[in-house]
Amino acid sequence: MHDISVPNVSSGKEPLLRALGITKRYGTFLANDSIDLDLYPAEIHALLGENGAGKSTLVKIMYGLIQPSAGELRWMGQRIVLAGPSEARSLGIGMVFQHFSLFENLTVAENVALGLPPTESFAAISGRLEETARVYGLPLDPKRLVWQLSVGEKQRIEIVRALMQNPKLLILDEPTAVLTPQEADQLFVVLNRLREEGRILLYISHKLDEVKRLCDTATILRGGKKVATCNPRQETAASLARMMVGAEIGQVKMASVGAPTVPRLVIRQLSLEPDNLHGTHLEDVSLEVRGGEIVGIAGVAGNGQDELFAALSGERQAPSDGAVVIDGEAAGLRGVTERRRMGAAFVPEERLGHGTAPRMKLSENALLTGHAASGMVNRGFVDKPATLAAVDRTTKSFDVRKAKRDPEAVSLSGGNLQKFIVGREILREPGVLVVSQPTWGVDAGAAATIRQALIDLAGRGTAVLVISQDLDELAEIADRIAVMFHGRLSAPLGAADATREMLGLLMGGASIERGAGTQEVGDAVGT
Amino acid sequence: MQLVLEKRAERSATIAIASPLIAIALTLVTMAVLFAILGKNPITALGVYFIDPLTDPYSLGEIAVKATPLVMIAVGLSLCYIANIWNIGAEGQFLIGAVCGSWLAVRTNGTEAGYWVLPGMLCLGALGGALYAMIPAICKVRFGANEILTSLMLVYIAYYIMDYLVRGPWRDPHGLNFPTTAPFDPVATVPILIEGSRLHAGTLAALLVVMLVAVMLGRTIMGFEIRLAGAAPRAARFSGFNSDNLVLFTFAVSGALAGLAGIIEVAGPIGYLQPDISPGYGFTAIIVAFLGRLNPLGILIAGLFLALTFIGGENAEIAIKVPLDLTKVFQGILLFYVLACDSLIVYRIRLIGASSKAVAANV
Repeated sequence: MHDISVPNVSSGKEPLLRALGITKRYGTFLANDSIDLDLYPAEIHALLGENGAGKSTLVKIMYGLIQPSAGELRWMGQRIVLAGPSEARSLGIGMVFQHFSLFENLTVAENVALGLPPTESFAAISGRLEETARVYGLPLDPKRLVWQLSVGEKQRIEIVRALMQNPKLLILDEPTAVLTPQEADQLFVVLNRLREEGRILLYISHKLDEVKRLCDTATILRGGKKVATCNPRQETAASLARMMVGAEIGQVKMASVGAPTVPRLVIRQLSLEPDNLHGTHLEDVSLEVRGGEIVGIAGVAGNGQDELFAALSGERQAPSDGAVVIDGEAAGLRGVTERRRMGAAFVPEERLGHGTAPRMKLSENALLTGHAASGMVNRGFVDKPATLAAVDRTTKSFDVRKAKRDPEAVSLSGGNLQKFIVGREILREPGVLVVSQPTWGVDAGAAATIRQALIDLAGRGTAVLVISQDLDELAEIADRIAVMFHGRLSAPLGAADATREMLGLLMGGASIERGAGTQEVGDAVGT
Repeated sequence: MQLVLEKRAERSATIAIASPLIAIALTLVTMAVLFAILGKNPITALGVYFIDPLTDPYSLGEIAVKATPLVMIAVGLSLCYIANIWNIGAEGQFLIGAVCGSWLAVRTNGTEAGYWVLPGMLCLGALGGALYAMIPAICKVRFGANEILTSLMLVYIAYYIMDYLVRGPWRDPHGLNFPTTAPFDPVATVPILIEGSRLHAGTLAALLVVMLVAVMLGRTIMGFEIRLAGAAPRAARFSGFNSDNLVLFTFAVSGALAGLAGIIEVAGPIGYLQPDISPGYGFTAIIVAFLGRLNPLGILIAGLFLALTFIGGENAEIAIKVPLDLTKVFQGILLFYVLACDSLIVYRIRLIGASSKAVAANV
């Protein structure tokens, strides 16, 4: 297919870092299978691939966190063995992780100082931090406490911390996953500037538009192997996706739905104090989801989505019974089980530990939500065959791939486990489904299956509420989209009004023109 | 070269079963060293401890008698521990159960009261243990008090309540001023199973408890709730289970079983209430619960093994003149090794060379 190496623009130059035949074996599983990669100065190099393609393993090897089973790294032509991240950093390799490693109760400067060798005074570090932040246009107040910062600002700390070590190669793991489109644009300005300074940026992402916009070279991994190195600007998003997945991805088909019917899930002026120090205060959230429609809630993580999910699922109670109404019945003060019995179903964001008990079998995880209303419990005794039957039904309808009939949840891949969790709820034919991040960290094939299942469910008359940070996903499946910001929910926008631009503004906290969504506002509050 | 603990990809099922056996083997080795230091022949000493009691029918019966309270308490405690709830105060619940049941025996002593006395005592014992266990449970649910501390501290309160009663209001007027109640009437005594031994019907009750709890844990929604709460607390909340209710339930059940064990012990092998009715059954049961892998059948086996150490310790005191407290040393070492070996279920030990040492240090 695309197995030709595109000669790099800077082919006259020597690569700064070469990876030769990098292989990483875990038992019989090959996470990396003899991968070659050349990184030249002054380029933004994308590393593309689905979850489990081996991207993280490869960059962790380059950052010294993992030792390769075979193959070698060459830095400026010299063979190197990285015994740990500190050696990588001393060579000039920096990394910004997707999950921040910050202490929430410390200040920005304290966090940065903790990550640096103790050779410099705290005042000197603070000064250098401010200087670096200013030079790169990444405004940061060293004295602010981390928990008060937005996700974008926290990421800035990580980037500035990496830049203070003056890296020649900076590895960024899905840096835009947590940013609004506008914040991402600001980040791109910084990244372009770093390239102009001659640094290499190794950019892990699966957002193809971004990669096409930003990157000079793209290396695509699939199943632990390198499938291609190409110039992303000469490719289409579709051709890149094809290389990542190895097959065409089915387009989601809209079900032929009649007009949405009656409201089945109503949230009415819901306000809720956070239950922990760093939680978000929900303020006057109102929304109405009608049978037959999918309503999306967009927003940057940490703006109250978790609190909203907990208030809807019943893990936390609303202040009044009428704040949450399921199929016409007030449910705000009811528990999770009662809400399930009213016909509601919930899929939380965390697959392991929240949606499932990782070390329990799938049949037990079927019981986890099925005990409420699916005839799995008889006079206090568990009907084991019924739970197994539920597993079999889910497996069949949602193509859940697993090694045996009833394995532990943790042994399934992310995509298969997510299909199981979503399938477990959908097969109950709920009247209301609330699902958070339905395809987070899931491969493209499983994501398509799940989105299609949500659309089909709405087609059968269910009210579906999808909380997602993935704007593409919401654009694909949602009929209306509302945005959460600082615990408040905007009025929902119709699919036509919900441009990326508009959503991005709302995600950044712009207040809404009352006029734009008047119809929806009226609907949401009027009942 | 360096030893590191490396996380396993999956829990090792083999080690999960082997871990208690490894722990017992390591304990025996340690004990042998200890005997050698004390100037005893380790082989003879271990023989006195672990082999001699098994060769004598009377000792076998005594093992069952000692195992009865241990198993009954440990099975209850295992429910708490599976759910990540830490009732450390079974000893106190055992004592209060004994006190509450004994109240009826003392009140009816020497009267014409009929066969309802013993069942009444058993009910009161279980109820007393359960109510006493509710104190730390309610403190935890209401005020967030750490149940490890509160349940442990209540042990000493229970002991002095009992001590006061047997030295004061309940003391046998014809007991030559010894701090005991009058011997219980036959209707207030647990029947003996085999003449000539002390083996009593309470042992059957312990077996019944083992079976009931095994069924509850494996087959019922309540058992599922307990296992889920321990395995994944957030998933348990999402499942719709109330963690406060679970604290109250597991404390009540474990307290009731400890209380029942207490009154059976007093109304069975002992026959009257006196200050030293327990050689620390409530604490030893913690070891039994973990040695038995928090599994009712495993607890049955572990209970018999720990009972063997009590009998062996008594034998050894007489036969080779070692202090009785050595049994407690032995039990402590055993718990230490059991917990240490359990880490092998999730981790493996690896010897690594100097070159990759830095990795281990950095990760």
